[in-house]
Amino acid sequence: MDIVIIFVIQILYSIAVLALISFGLALVFGMMRVINLAHGEFLTLGAYAAIFSVKAGINLWVAALLIAPLAVGAWSLIIERLLIRFLYGRLVYTMLATWGLSLAMAGAMTMIFGTTTEGISADLGAVAIGSYQASNYSLIVILIAIVVALIVAWILFGSASGRVARAAMENQEMTQAFGYPIKRIYMMTFVAGGMLAGLAGGMLAPTTGISPYSGGTWIAEAFITVITGGTAPVLGTLASAGVLGLVSSTVSFLFSSALGGVALLVAALILLRILPTGIASLWQRGSK
Amino acid sequence: MRLGRGRISQVAALPLLFGIPVFLIAPLMVQPYTLAQLCIFAILALSLGLVWGYGGILCFGQGAFFGLGAYAYVIFVTNMGLPWGSLVFAILFTMLISAILGMLMFYGRLSDVYLAVVTLVVTLILNRFMNSTAGPEYQIGSARLGGFNGIPGFQMLDIPWSDASFIPDSVYYFLCFILLLAAWIFCRWLLSSHFGRVMVAIRENERRVEFAGYDTRLHKTITFTIGGGLAGLAGVLYANWAAIVTPALFSLTQSAEIIIWTIVGGLGTLIGPIIGAVLLVSLRLTLGYQTIIDNYFIMGILLILVVLWFPRGIAGGFLGTRFMQGSARRGRWRTRSGRLSSAKQPSPEQGKQDAA
Repeated sequence: MDIVIIFVIQILYSIAVLALISFGLALVFGMMRVINLAHGEFLTLGAYAAIFSVKAGINLWVAALLIAPLAVGAWSLIIERLLIRFLYGRLVYTMLATWGLSLAMAGAMTMIFGTTTEGISADLGAVAIGSYQASNYSLIVILIAIVVALIVAWILFGSASGRVARAAMENQEMTQAFGYPIKRIYMMTFVAGGMLAGLAGGMLAPTTGISPYSGGTWIAEAFITVITGGTAPVLGTLASAGVLGLVSSTVSFLFSSALGGVALLVAALILLRILPTGIASLWQRGSK
Repeated sequence: MRLGRGRISQVAALPLLFGIPVFLIAPLMVQPYTLAQLCIFAILALSLGLVWGYGGILCFGQGAFFGLGAYAYVIFVTNMGLPWGSLVFAILFTMLISAILGMLMFYGRLSDVYLAVVTLVVTLILNRFMNSTAGPEYQIGSARLGGFNGIPGFQMLDIPWSDASFIPDSVYYFLCFILLLAAWIFCRWLLSSHFGRVMVAIRENERRVEFAGYDTRLHKTITFTIGGGLAGLAGVLYANWAAIVTPALFSLTQSAEIIIWTIVGGLGTLIGPIIGAVLLVSLRLTLGYQTIIDNYFIMGILLILVVLWFPRGIAGGFLGTRFMQGSARRGRWRTRSGRLSSAKQPSPEQGKQDAA
């Protein structure tokens, strides 16, 4: 029985991690059809921000939940102004340019921080479940992922600004005719995506060592989760994170974690073959 | 499908005119060992230049076929001996894999971002898998895959009917150069053929070509397979050049580099990717001697600048493309002015049209 509970926590944790690293990318892809391949480096930047804040003596939660999102949000504002705004509507070009950004950021971080692996620890203890233990931090990560999903959903579907943003994506000219500043809406959406990336990076910093090339491992999983999810930022991402997290953690549990990664990718390939435009197409078919 | 329209003298004249002087002059300035590497990467860039620049298929995982070719050669040669036979088998194997992958994608009507994600995922699967094969249980015949460390020490290509067990650098450079020229001439011939014209037409307007009665899925699969085979050839040559194969061949940065060479050199041209690969690999080798500026920083910035301001690349921008290429017109698909206006309805259908 205990092992079942541990297994369930393990699955929930991998789903939560997938969802956390994907939300920012999913928001930007779902709302603007912009794929930010530098998303992994945005996450790394958030993690670095958290690590250096903690090392400077700032509380871990302030660092991960406040400083990291703000730092990456500011960085995405610069990137949006300098790069992304010239490329809206040209999906392939955005992918290429942001892939360049990804390489450049990884290279720049190598030059600044060196190739060493940095890390902080969040020693919060663990809860004992029978003869097994689950770390408190992974429980908190699960909780944060749920809270973030709820907040994003509320902003998009419950708040006035989210309504305007969705309207702008639905019909740009009409929204503009109503007097809403369309370019600023695009800008704010991209910044919001960057802040979500910063939050995820900050939250994951204590769970793993961070090096300038950490982004590469995250972007693959985030990218795949978002594409298999489709264009619904919250529900689609949660659905695909659920499926892929379940598959990968089951295989990791039964065989090895390397095979778990491979299983995730194979599952994504099969899903894409069956639902070429993502899981969200299941319920979006009629609406667009 | 009808093949063969361009006359061989017409198709081969330009590459030979360029190639022979370069072949003679280059060894005076650069070591043959480095030149062989440049030729190998030029073949690799040429493969993506064909698939992306003319076929309109943006493959994010061209590195996968490069790596597969290298690994397949090593596994074949370890099990059977026969280096030259293994070369042929490795290329055929790579073509088989790319044909299967191509059918999976094109008969599933995947396009643009979904195509990118599938090719990227396949590359990642291979990378992860090869990295995790360190144990002795991962053995194909008598070849141990060796995980992260790769496979060193295998039988190299030799000079037939001689006692030498390997090819000296200067001869190997000769071989790679000849194969690069052959690949270039082959691509020019392919583009001058009926098949090549259909391929370019698909890039311009897939739906219209389909209405004209062509099976675009088949054409795209064949294009993809040919590209895979060329990348596989580059992989085999690379394995023999480096004398080791490692999972780094499947890394994302390897695939990124191929894309950068191609777009910097010039999409929709054949000489462009070759120039791009030669210039950028030379740049990387030069930068490799110092540690202040990271190579990927330069590559990344370069890619951003080219995409923003110079999407035609070197060959498309400076050198008149009409002179450079066999038959196809310039890459007109990139001049679409689909800015914000085409993003107003972010539906999947829109994305498909964008890639057409």
